[in-house]
Amino acid sequence: MDFATLAPFLVGVIISGLVLGFVYAIIALGYTMVYGVLQLINFAHSEVFVTGAVVGFEIFRVLADNPINGYLKLLIALVAAMAASGGLNVLIERLAYRPLRNAPRLVPLITAIGVSLILQDLIRIIEGFQGRFDLTYQLPQGFSTPFCGPESTCSGVGSLLAKIGISLQIKEVVMVLVALLSLAALNYLVNFTKLGRAIRAVAQDRVTAGLMGIDANGIISLTFLIGGALGGVSGVLFGLKFGTVNAYSGFDPGIIAFTAAVLGGIGSIPGAVLGGLVLGVIQNLIGVTNILGDALGIANLGVIDSSYQRIGGFLVLVLILIFKPTGLLGRSNVEKV
Amino acid sequence: MKKTSILALTLIGSLALGSASAQTSLKIASLSPLSGGQSDLGSQIKNGAQLAVNEYVPQFKKLGYDLSLTGYDDQADPATGTAAARKIAADTSILAVVGTLNSGVAIPSSAALAPSHVAMVSPANTANQVTDRGLKNMNRIVARDDAQGPAGANFMLTKLKAKSVYLLNDKTAYGEGLTAEVKKALLAKNTKISGDEGTEEKSDFSAIIQKIKLTKPDAIYFGGIYNQVGVFVKQLREAGVTVPLVGGDGLDSEQMVTIGGKGSDNVYYTTVAAPADALPAAKKVADAYSKAYGKDIQGFGIFGYDAAKVVLQGILLASKDNGNKLPSREQVETAMRKVRATGLLSGTVQFNSMGDRKAAKMYIMNISAGKFNLDSTINVKSPVN
Repeated sequence: MDFATLAPFLVGVIISGLVLGFVYAIIALGYTMVYGVLQLINFAHSEVFVTGAVVGFEIFRVLADNPINGYLKLLIALVAAMAASGGLNVLIERLAYRPLRNAPRLVPLITAIGVSLILQDLIRIIEGFQGRFDLTYQLPQGFSTPFCGPESTCSGVGSLLAKIGISLQIKEVVMVLVALLSLAALNYLVNFTKLGRAIRAVAQDRVTAGLMGIDANGIISLTFLIGGALGGVSGVLFGLKFGTVNAYSGFDPGIIAFTAAVLGGIGSIPGAVLGGLVLGVIQNLIGVTNILGDALGIANLGVIDSSYQRIGGFLVLVLILIFKPTGLLGRSNVEKV
Repeated sequence: MKKTSILALTLIGSLALGSASAQTSLKIASLSPLSGGQSDLGSQIKNGAQLAVNEYVPQFKKLGYDLSLTGYDDQADPATGTAAARKIAADTSILAVVGTLNSGVAIPSSAALAPSHVAMVSPANTANQVTDRGLKNMNRIVARDDAQGPAGANFMLTKLKAKSVYLLNDKTAYGEGLTAEVKKALLAKNTKISGDEGTEEKSDFSAIIQKIKLTKPDAIYFGGIYNQVGVFVKQLREAGVTVPLVGGDGLDSEQMVTIGGKGSDNVYYTTVAAPADALPAAKKVADAYSKAYGKDIQGFGIFGYDAAKVVLQGILLASKDNGNKLPSREQVETAMRKVRATGLLSGTVQFNSMGDRKAAKMYIMNISAGKFNLDSTINVKSPVN
């Protein structure tokens, strides 16, 4: 295989990895937000994310025959999913984590896993009553069409992509835009608003922040609300990209996004994004290793096919943690005396 | 000796309870996924079996038996299936089992049922290993992978004129076994295999699709189940790949079209379960099915019905051999191998010494514009007699 066929192929793999990475990145933010404030791994986040995907599915289903604009439908789906997932996350915190806040670290972790299992079955029961299991998104017309039609009708980035033979669909472009928008909004909220300052203060020292007149419980609830809302967004994006979701779909992306959060440095917002993107790209590259092996004439690489792509992500995580235990962008926690 | 005494106890027990009809309870079980991602296929099996049981209730009543079906859920999971099989083994009023859907579940659960001699008749398992282990209690009424694989391969070579094929499987006993048979048949005709890999992935197929675009195969073969293949084919078409996709009987579900959407166009699959309109006798059963369950009968519903009929005729034969008394599980197991079951939708069933159906048919179906159409029919024979 020559360079001329291999280069666009690789670019295509990296681009689809980045698109996937954005979904992971936003899920990872949900983990990282909660961890940053409470030092708690919210394992129920994967189900919060699935809840968002399910709500998105229901909105698209109900609006399927409605003649309103497709993008408006998406907006409604996003808002509804954010509200549902955010509300759910606040409820989880109130019922399952707050009573245990002073318990040893392991206790809320186990509760989190328990909540996660309960939510899985709840989703399954609720959808199962209507005879559904695999929920298939009924996307508005045009979402699945290529971003760039015949080469002659494209311009700018579109024509460049088309020239090297990379096909993006409208929905993937929309997906990345929504992801970037939510990231920007979150970044603004945390770093440039009074509320954000309060969140950072509670993250740094809950008790002292309370003494300074910050309602720590309120801020923690708010953090869960924001984290959950991001979970809702990522759920809809997941449905948009892959088309199908079921009660158990959260596990795999949940674990990967958690890995992404740790890879980037858990607690760090840019770290979560970077971790998500890195994992998305690495997974896709591992998935095509056998082709690269063939092309470069390295026979042994041929055995590494796409079934290894998950392991690849974890391998990178282990390597990074060996050389930089705080993750890519994480800061080490100075023990306060 | 022990078994007969237990049976006697149950007999006495039911008499002592003074049930109004004084009839002996006689049960058969179905074992298939009733919940989870493959519940659509599993419920078809149970519903089909229930229809057959309904038909036979009067006949069993005359013999003094109160016939019923109990549906067990294996969630398409080997461990859950084995646990359910143990429960079945413990319920001595169950004489035989219709099941399972997945070969990966049938293999351990038939082994769990073997010591208590509970006969199984599978309406769906195609992996060679299911009967190759030589278990006395395991039978199937469908063709094996070493018939289904070559049928799929030949179809790609002759009808689709494929020169190169990309192979995928779902890494289960079913998918891997089937795809291995396809590969063998393709290699025998010197077809280029442009890729061959297994994936347990359920949502993101982007890396595989990039490779398919690069290697430009004439056809793709995917040994898997509709809930995975549907998602895959949808993403495949969205990425602009329109080559035909061929699969096995795991695609035989209307859900394939629901999940795959327009992507399921130009999809072909080999199946051992006949389409209802290809079977002359199916009309009545199809009507009964849609009346009872509000859905159209599909392939696995038909085979669930047929497998249950084989089971019931086997029990009747065992009962006759036993002087019209309640047969033991062991007698049922023996009778099942020599039964000549008639009145089935898919024709007469006889088993060979291994429990494979002596002559079975294989159908090639095509999905286009959301409709399932019969493409061709192939006769297959079991490897031994």
